[in-house]
Amino acid sequence: MIEIKDLHKSYRMGSNSLHVLKGINFSVEDGELVAIMGSSGSGKSTLLNILGMLDVADSGSYHLDGVPIKDLSETKAAQYRNKFLGFIFQSFNLINYKNAIENVALPLYYQRIGRKERQEKALKYLERVGLKQWATHLPSELSGGQKQRVAIARAMAAEPKVLLADEPTGALDSTTSYEVMDLIQKINDEGNTILVVTHEEDIAHMCKRIVHLKDGVIVEDKMVEQVRAAQYVQ
Amino acid sequence: MFSRDTWKEIFEAMSKNKLRTFLTGFTVALGIFIFVTLFGMGNGLQNTFNEFFGQDAVNVLRIYPSQTTLPYGGYKAKRQIEFENDDLEAIAKEFAPFIDYMTPQINNGGTVTYKNESDNYSNRGVGPGMQWAEKNILMKGRYINNKDIRDRTKVAVIGRMVEKDLFNGDNPIGEYIAMGESVFRVVGVYQDDGGDNEERYIYIPFTTRQLIEGNNDKLGQIIIGFKESLGYTGAMDFQNKLDAFMRQRKVISPKDPRGIFIQNIADQLKQNQQFAGALQLIISAIAFAVIISGVIGISNIMVFVVKERTKEIGIRKAMGATPRLITSGIMLESIFITAVFGFLGMLIGIIVLNAITGDTLKDDYFITKPSINLGLAFFVTILLVICGAIAAFVPARRAARIKPIVALRDE
Repeated sequence: MIEIKDLHKSYRMGSNSLHVLKGINFSVEDGELVAIMGSSGSGKSTLLNILGMLDVADSGSYHLDGVPIKDLSETKAAQYRNKFLGFIFQSFNLINYKNAIENVALPLYYQRIGRKERQEKALKYLERVGLKQWATHLPSELSGGQKQRVAIARAMAAEPKVLLADEPTGALDSTTSYEVMDLIQKINDEGNTILVVTHEEDIAHMCKRIVHLKDGVIVEDKMVEQVRAAQYVQ
Repeated sequence: MFSRDTWKEIFEAMSKNKLRTFLTGFTVALGIFIFVTLFGMGNGLQNTFNEFFGQDAVNVLRIYPSQTTLPYGGYKAKRQIEFENDDLEAIAKEFAPFIDYMTPQINNGGTVTYKNESDNYSNRGVGPGMQWAEKNILMKGRYINNKDIRDRTKVAVIGRMVEKDLFNGDNPIGEYIAMGESVFRVVGVYQDDGGDNEERYIYIPFTTRQLIEGNNDKLGQIIIGFKESLGYTGAMDFQNKLDAFMRQRKVISPKDPRGIFIQNIADQLKQNQQFAGALQLIISAIAFAVIISGVIGISNIMVFVVKERTKEIGIRKAMGATPRLITSGIMLESIFITAVFGFLGMLIGIIVLNAITGDTLKDDYFITKPSINLGLAFFVTILLVICGAIAAFVPARRAARIKPIVALRDE
């Protein structure tokens, strides 16, 4: 599903150049649930941003579902993002003046799906994250966990190939974190490919595979026994 | 770009960000409103000028006699110049091709009595030409005619206000009024657009006046209506020739600033119109400055709006919005708001201009029928909309080019 080879990325900070990714080789199969771990500054978020086409690599190759992701125009990148990827952010990134169902329907709008179908689909995904009765509430009326579940519904609504989650539990307390991880596991159980960036060990162990990043290189890549989040959720 | 969905999205963004929408719209509406009212007031001011100086005929010269200040041709200084009947004939003969009509004006005044009512009025000994010079409009009866002049009849044409004050609703035609030692028969009533005071004069034949004054032939001032076809330069030329002619006739030094004085209404009117024009120019400049500050205001708001929406734009881009969709969305929103509020401001401005037409405004602030050319109002509104669109386009395009990751990081 994801195939990257010798990926490099550096940021220019004034006169200094900061080499963040120093040759990443990495692939993800269909249906995997991968945790990308590392301390801050290890390059894990940069990697996720490049995977998400939110940022571009300096060199190296990246194939997503067999499609080479290289030299994309902004317009093309936007179309690929819409078609291939679903994003879950640490700070949720919901549009604050849109209610839950409108937020979920947003990627469908950019897929040029009709209004009625958008509403139906959005409501279906809200139901799957258990927030059907909150459909008309604004983000400001929702708790942190609920906001993240709306964001997950939004990421899934476009039915992407890969879900990318950047510290999805970073802004949540542990109980809520486990609820969100439980949801992510269930989505993965249905066959969806998910990448989770985290620095929390317990969250990483709820995935099936852990990729450890340190100073811009992969230092460890192992399969783990998945800890089910459901056992922590009442 | 113009699908129903796009507009739905734009309306949603507008209605859910009411303050932002209102502030943008308010700036535009206020700018246009101020422009329309200010410009309209300027036009009103000019209307007042035109009306004020348009109440008497424009193509009129008045020649006043006065004391000389220089000795000339064997005469001492401080000689009182007077016009006589033969002067009138000489002018008529010399300048016949220039002249439309002529009348002397001998001013007098005193108590006028009809039955038990009496009051003080100015009276003027005049010829039939006075009707055209003063633009008097006859309401009843007739004006002074040539027969009156020839026969020195004791007839009077009275103003509307004289009729109102003295006659208590009676028909004054054929009635007799006492003026000084004499009794005059009222033959006509006139009205005048110049206001109430212009309707408080009593006109009598100038020959009758001369008879009362001991059968002299003094004329007071002479009013000449010249042909409109002369134009402004022709009129000035006529004035100079007349001045030279009269100085020669009355033996007045050409260098004497006094002796005779010619007042040319056309010249005065031109000066006044220039003054009104300059005033209008200043008002226009202020109005356009308002528009420019309006444009700057919109630009500022647009930059702010886009800045405020940076994160939202990042989210939308992550969800698959193309730069084109982002730019066009912001632009359409901006154009829609500026257009709707711009025309609203224009409409309110025009309504206000129509509403404030009144006597208080005219009497105290010299503004008559304030109005604005509709084409100009539309032009300025559309100009503002276009400027608003350009002002929105620059930051919108920059926002659309921001990498989503940068926009999302923006907390």
